[in-house]
Amino acid sequence: MVQLTTANRLASLRTAPGLRERLDLPRRVVFLAAVSMIGIVTLLLGFIAWQGIQLFVKDGVPVGQVFSATWQPDATSGPTNYGLLPFILGTIAVTALALLISTPLSVGLALFLSEVAPRWARAIVQPALEIFVGIPSVVWGWLGLTILVPFLHDTFRHDFVISLPVLGDVFRVPGFLTGFSWLAGALVLSIMILPTITSVSFDAFRAIPQELRTGSLALGTTRWQTIRHILIPAALPGVLTAIVLGMTRAAGEALAVQMVIGSQPVLPRAVTQPIETLTAAITLDMGNTVFGEPWQDALWTMSLVLLIISVASVVLVRLINKRRMAL
Amino acid sequence: MSASTTPSLHLRGSRRSILADRAATVVLWGTGAFVLLLLGSIIVHFGIAAWGVVSPSFVLSDPSDTALGGILPILWNSIYMLGLTMLIAVPVGILGGIYMSEYAGDNKLTEAIRFAEEAISSVPSIVVGLFGLILFVDNFHMGFTALGGALALTMFNLPLMTRLSEQALRAVPQDERSASLALGATKWQTIQHVVVPLAIPGLVTSIILTAGRVFGEAAVLLFTAGLATPAHYDFTNFNLGDPASPWSPLRPCTTMAVYIYKLQSEGLGIYVSKVVDGSAAILISMVLAFNLGARLVGRLLTRRLTAA
Repeated sequence: MVQLTTANRLASLRTAPGLRERLDLPRRVVFLAAVSMIGIVTLLLGFIAWQGIQLFVKDGVPVGQVFSATWQPDATSGPTNYGLLPFILGTIAVTALALLISTPLSVGLALFLSEVAPRWARAIVQPALEIFVGIPSVVWGWLGLTILVPFLHDTFRHDFVISLPVLGDVFRVPGFLTGFSWLAGALVLSIMILPTITSVSFDAFRAIPQELRTGSLALGTTRWQTIRHILIPAALPGVLTAIVLGMTRAAGEALAVQMVIGSQPVLPRAVTQPIETLTAAITLDMGNTVFGEPWQDALWTMSLVLLIISVASVVLVRLINKRRMAL
Repeated sequence: MSASTTPSLHLRGSRRSILADRAATVVLWGTGAFVLLLLGSIIVHFGIAAWGVVSPSFVLSDPSDTALGGILPILWNSIYMLGLTMLIAVPVGILGGIYMSEYAGDNKLTEAIRFAEEAISSVPSIVVGLFGLILFVDNFHMGFTALGGALALTMFNLPLMTRLSEQALRAVPQDERSASLALGATKWQTIQHVVVPLAIPGLVTSIILTAGRVFGEAAVLLFTAGLATPAHYDFTNFNLGDPASPWSPLRPCTTMAVYIYKLQSEGLGIYVSKVVDGSAAILISMVLAFNLGARLVGRLLTRRLTAA
């Protein structure tokens, strides 16, 4: 028998698995469990893609029509037109505004937690953030519906106009008709994505070597100068990843948005206006349409668009991180 | 870090940069205060809203159209759905975590699994629900069932469960593995008797965290488990093949989160908003309990298992 020292036995177990090891049952079982995720993704992509193209394949709708602005899916009330532009732009509009509100707040909060907060403050704020993550989206939607929407309606009912003597009205935002609006959706979303952006940016700031801070402070900079000129640039890939993750979550959120957005499939023009997103339209109409009819096929096309957005964001995050590795 | 006192400031820093620093400090403290204030007011809001609604009879009676009624069948459905989902997701997730932590090499396949993991996590929950709709409701002709809902929820939460268990397993020191292997244990014996037991606190935490997410999820279930409001459940009916039995996995299964969505969309009746407030308060307290439970149980188990 070959003499086995502890060292080379260990080494052989690690580096060159023998036949028995390769064939053993537990290994196969755990392998299947892990690989099942590839199976799920493949099936999901396949099924949604197949359903998503039915609008063009089976119903013969020209692909270009999807990019038009008119949504007239009901064949019983005139000629149909499956323009998805209001939904796509609506999703982009709500997501962008939510990011605009949430990013400064979340990155600030991440900076607070990693650079400013004493231990006791961090010990309170971090669990609070975890509770935020746990609050279900229908509850956020319900809060939006019962508090935010009436508040917006009661407070900003009148048109907001800036008039100049000669030029007349240079700026006009119509007041809220009902409170259900682009802004309401964006506000609800901005709170929902706050923990995501905060925790990923926090990790990015924590990962910065301490020497960068001490070096900068030793040169006589203030803490804010260190944050602005050293820490934020150093953590930028991580912060960008955080923003992309927040964006993905905002674009994919369905119920909370549907509850406050107002569901009007029009092109977004004013933040006080009710608009519609891809997710909200799917949520609202999927149950009211019949499987196989063009209207429902258009909803499947919307979900394909959503799927493309989310896969693209995964690829984007990977690209950002690859660049970080290279640096 | 303690950067609040930097003596060099007084020597070199201009007045403006010191002021900017002070202002930034105030603003950053403000963000922390804002989050606490927001959370505090949400909890107080639901505390007030639930006052006079949530009571033993609200939790223990059936829904009603003409009175406040209760949410017993829906609460039962939420717990049932959670149990059914975890029954599938926990073993698969932990086994997958074992592969990713103990076996996965640095190769293309591992890369592909990680990509799949991230891809599922980023797919909107409503799209996962639609996938469940085609697969279970349309292709398998199951209709809206608890089983279909649980399978869709499993698919949605498997990446989270797998990643959390992988992290828990990776946190076990390498020396423990080496020692076990050096004693002649096979790789699987090492995993079974050394790695997994040592990772139990982390695994339990990951199970509870996943459970919290499953409990509050609605979009995945909308088109897989259905929106029907159950009127009454006969809990003595153990016939699993009978769609009327509350124990059957092959029945429509409206959970709390879905019920809240359904009620607000119908918006009928004077009691609706009270019922929603009460349900939302219960939902939030359960999720809070899951979160705090995960921390507590994790800490307790760590202390007990590592001190022994």
